[in-house]
Amino acid sequence: MCSLALFPAPLACGQTTLCESNNELLSGTATDHRLKQSTHINYSVVLYFPRESLKLHCRTESSSKAAFLDHSETLWMRSAAAWRDGGLTGLLNEITNSNTEVPKWLSVSSGFTLALLRWFSSFHGSLFPHLTMSSENMLAEFSQVLNWSDCVVRAFAWHPHADKFAVALLDDSIKIYNPKSATTPTLKHRLQRSVAAVQWKPMCASALAVACQNCLLVWHVDPCSLSTRPSSGCAQVLSNPGHSPVTSIAWSPSGSLLVSASPMDTAMMVWDVASESCVPLQRVGGGGVTFLSWSPDSSHVLASTPSALFRVWETRTWTCERWPCVKGRCQSGCWSPDGSRLLFTVQGEMVIYVLTFGDTPGPQAAAVVADLSETTFNTADGDIIVGGEIHSLSWDPTGERLAVLLEGDPQAADRPAIIAVFKTRTNPIFELLPCGFVQGEPGAEPRMMQFHPNFQHGALLTVCWSSGRITHVPFYFLGAGVPHFGLSGSPSLPRPQERPADFANQSLFTELISLLLFFFTAFFFYITNNATLPPTVRSRSLKLLSNSKPTDF
Amino acid sequence: ILDLVNNQCWNRVVCWRAVASIAWAVLLLLPITAVFVILSRFSLLHPIQTFSGQSLCSFAIFSLILMCGVIIMVGFLNLEYYTVIPTIACSKIALLGQLLHPRQFVNSLAHCIMGIIVAWCCAVTLGGRYETIGYPCTQGDGTDSSPQMCLNEYHLILLLAGAFVGFSHSLLAVISNINYVSFHTVQQYKYLRFKGSLPFVVKCSAAQALYSVRNYIVVYFFLGYIPKAWICKTLNLHLNSSVHPLDSIAGLLDLSLLYHQWISASFLLFTWNITLLLFRIFVTEFLALQDVALLSQHSPSRRCEVFSLSQPGGHPHNWNAISKECLSLLADLTQRLVAYHDTVATNGRAKSLSTGSERKTSSETSFTSATEDLMSPRPTLLLRTPASVFARFVVGTPHSPLTAPFTPDLDSPFASPALRRLTAPLDQCSPWFGTVQSPHIMRRAPKLWSTSTGERRLMEDVRSLGSNGHLKLPEASSQALFADSQAHIWALEGLSYLVQASFSEDQFGVIQTTLPSILGCMLILQEAVDRHFKLPHASSKPVRSASGMGDSTYKTLRFALRATLKTAIYRITTTFGNHLNAVQMSAEHRKRLQQFLEYKE
Repeated sequence: MCSLALFPAPLACGQTTLCESNNELLSGTATDHRLKQSTHINYSVVLYFPRESLKLHCRTESSSKAAFLDHSETLWMRSAAAWRDGGLTGLLNEITNSNTEVPKWLSVSSGFTLALLRWFSSFHGSLFPHLTMSSENMLAEFSQVLNWSDCVVRAFAWHPHADKFAVALLDDSIKIYNPKSATTPTLKHRLQRSVAAVQWKPMCASALAVACQNCLLVWHVDPCSLSTRPSSGCAQVLSNPGHSPVTSIAWSPSGSLLVSASPMDTAMMVWDVASESCVPLQRVGGGGVTFLSWSPDSSHVLASTPSALFRVWETRTWTCERWPCVKGRCQSGCWSPDGSRLLFTVQGEMVIYVLTFGDTPGPQAAAVVADLSETTFNTADGDIIVGGEIHSLSWDPTGERLAVLLEGDPQAADRPAIIAVFKTRTNPIFELLPCGFVQGEPGAEPRMMQFHPNFQHGALLTVCWSSGRITHVPFYFLGAGVPHFGLSGSPSLPRPQERPADFANQSLFTELISLLLFFFTAFFFYITNNATLPPTVRSRSLKLLSNSKPTDF
Repeated sequence: ILDLVNNQCWNRVVCWRAVASIAWAVLLLLPITAVFVILSRFSLLHPIQTFSGQSLCSFAIFSLILMCGVIIMVGFLNLEYYTVIPTIACSKIALLGQLLHPRQFVNSLAHCIMGIIVAWCCAVTLGGRYETIGYPCTQGDGTDSSPQMCLNEYHLILLLAGAFVGFSHSLLAVISNINYVSFHTVQQYKYLRFKGSLPFVVKCSAAQALYSVRNYIVVYFFLGYIPKAWICKTLNLHLNSSVHPLDSIAGLLDLSLLYHQWISASFLLFTWNITLLLFRIFVTEFLALQDVALLSQHSPSRRCEVFSLSQPGGHPHNWNAISKECLSLLADLTQRLVAYHDTVATNGRAKSLSTGSERKTSSETSFTSATEDLMSPRPTLLLRTPASVFARFVVGTPHSPLTAPFTPDLDSPFASPALRRLTAPLDQCSPWFGTVQSPHIMRRAPKLWSTSTGERRLMEDVRSLGSNGHLKLPEASSQALFADSQAHIWALEGLSYLVQASFSEDQFGVIQTTLPSILGCMLILQEAVDRHFKLPHASSKPVRSASGMGDSTYKTLRFALRATLKTAIYRITTTFGNHLNAVQMSAEHRKRLQQFLEYKE
């Protein structure tokens, strides 16, 4: 088992992690950083969103009411409005408050009913404490972004195939960056508030799903369009009563389905986005669903709940396995590229667990693969304590690097949030090896991270910092070759560079040649079959074919 | 002949599934009735009395048997009327025509009668003042003391409520296409699906019952005296003048009566809707094209069979058959779209001419042409399914897509030998696997229109009325065009998954021979779909209405098809990447494909 004690010490103040090369992490000062990145790789966009540049709106819907003159509507109108806005509770509240206009018995009885309702909901809330939170707090609690409510960059998503990404900002706008085009479309929508997650649809160039406070939005941003402000008509609104706030979304790797989760709703929604219809998959235990992750081979979905319980759904017939945890809820999880392993972390524990899925019907128990309990490092600037609870996990698409975002302690200066990167090895046994810490500029803490889905030379980790900066840290290495998991493999992109060398250089030509070869043999075969040849000839030609059959297919 | 055998086989499978669903519905009747009894006797002031022992009289058992009969009848009607290709009325007149059709009339009548029977059962179960239709009374003021039978209006009002609810249910069924069976986006076990949709059925039954009872009360208030007088006359009953009549405001505002009406109507609708739900769940279990889509996605061993060569001979028969059927299905859709687009493009000039000329031709003997534009105002193939049924009926020869482009032989994709071979080890006609190769379910086109001459004339009139324009329902023609697109969606998914898998699994290069034609077919279809969505109304989203048991999936099938098509092409391009440059295709297609390769579509 790997622990933090095996890691190299964190960098001194003023140094930032630049990249991994020749098996070690290189560092430099901030100025080097930009220089080196712009010269070496294509991903030169170091984005910077200073907090001051964002126009934040601090008003909420309810507070705007006070700005208007006192209204003198009739009781009926107010009741109708209260019913529309706040449902039964709102109506009862309105009646109770306007006790001068209604008969006494009505106001008293509605007050009594209201108290009863509140008592009942508090009882329900004591069973599932998260239900009493406001939706903003709930988003902050269950988001994969560290300190979400105060973060300038609230969500980030690379496109699974093309070189572009979407960034959701604190002012509820989403910007799409594409290094190849000069326009950066900005997406704004009336319903796009408190964005908790964004994700691009696989097998598609344009669709971007956004998890908002009250609904799901699916934007269709035409990549060829020159418009910088796509109209809100480009967005599909998917909503279901009771299914808000949406804290997590996940597209199926085949791009056909979208699942969404809300801590308030015990059902997980499976959306057919094109027809805007959904199938609720309801399981009552747990009190909601907080985090979803679809395995890259599209066979399983991880769904964690606010209670000490998570589920693993299998996606053929949509049945689930229950996995009770001992201490807390499942905070984060990620799948290996072939979908056979699930790494997850539990709130309140400082370890990473692994679950292995194979041909046998389900694993029996989770094993601990890494211990991240607090470790003190002596650096030039004094002692730094690293370790603690894990906020999120991210595994690169080749399955070679695992990034772990450690929460740290925001109050203590010597216990910063930090990203620890592991090397992963599957042979002969699955294990994690230390690689190093990724650090940014002084004073900047990592908030969220994501690996580039198809980086050609290894892995590319994109980190969003608390300063509002987004940087990319490349890890250059030669992959040991990903296990090719066939069709079910989600974005089973051809990656000639990552194949073993003897295989890589011939892939294109062999396929071409064998295609030609196949045409010839098929043609020849067609003739021989149609002509009335004696059976011996035919069987010989068959043998011929099987000899000349391209073996590398 | 094989086709015929298959058809019989499929029919048998559907029948068995329907029987199983009906059996479950009958079994569920007992607990539903128990809940009904408890709810109907619930009294707010004496909650304990609700559960006090009530002796099961022979009437109750008899009524239960009657209810079983009704459930079986409902199940039979479901089986008889269900369709996977919805009938989409392209104009309001056409909708009216549907509602007034004799077959629909028979259906409504059957529902009325069943409603009365269920209501009678409810009345017997409720007991008390509802139990019998007549009761002995003494008329007058004591001088004439001869015992007479008087009409029990409470019983009557309940029976009529049953009839009304049954009738309105059957009408709503037509309007909301309740007989349309759609396919779920995700596969779930039957029990889980049932459990998941049970609350929804309860909710929508209760709501529908509420609206029906409201309407019924209004009708009874104004017209209630007619059936009352009629019943009195035929059954020789008297009206008790000492009892307050119910078709008055005071009589109808009896809360207990309202509650009992509502709960009876809910019970009635709930049992019927449950039967329908079970039928849908059982019948949509597995189908061939769906199976191709699923196997191509989930089962490597069965994919391997697709990619294999035949021994001896070395032909990829399995793959050839699958790809041929799927491609012909897609090509057919393309043709349909192109033809539709052409007619719409020439609409302004051609319409006035065509209406007149067709009147002439249809009165002649050219039967097919008359039926082809039977329901649609335009001489297109909007509702070519009935046409194809007729055409087959009349001509008696199978069509190939070439000879009759607008009447695709919907049977062929499913009767293909390859699919059969894939599942050959399995029992052909077992309820579980027989279906895999032959979803002749697709064939059950809406058979609402029979071929009598009078009707044809009627439809002609309807057509000319509808073409006036203002009676047309917008976007309905677009919906009708894509009504059977579930099959195309499965074909696209199946093909694209197989091609994707072939990149690593296809040992003999079987797929590569057909790759150009697959890509070409998909790109042409993509172009046609794109063009179609540029038409007015085609891209407007239908209003989402989640109420009622009617399934509105068919309204959004065109969007689903568009999304699936794009995803399918991307699935192939992302898998093969730049290798696709080695595939032979026309320059135009290559340009189009390049857009996909650069993620610019």
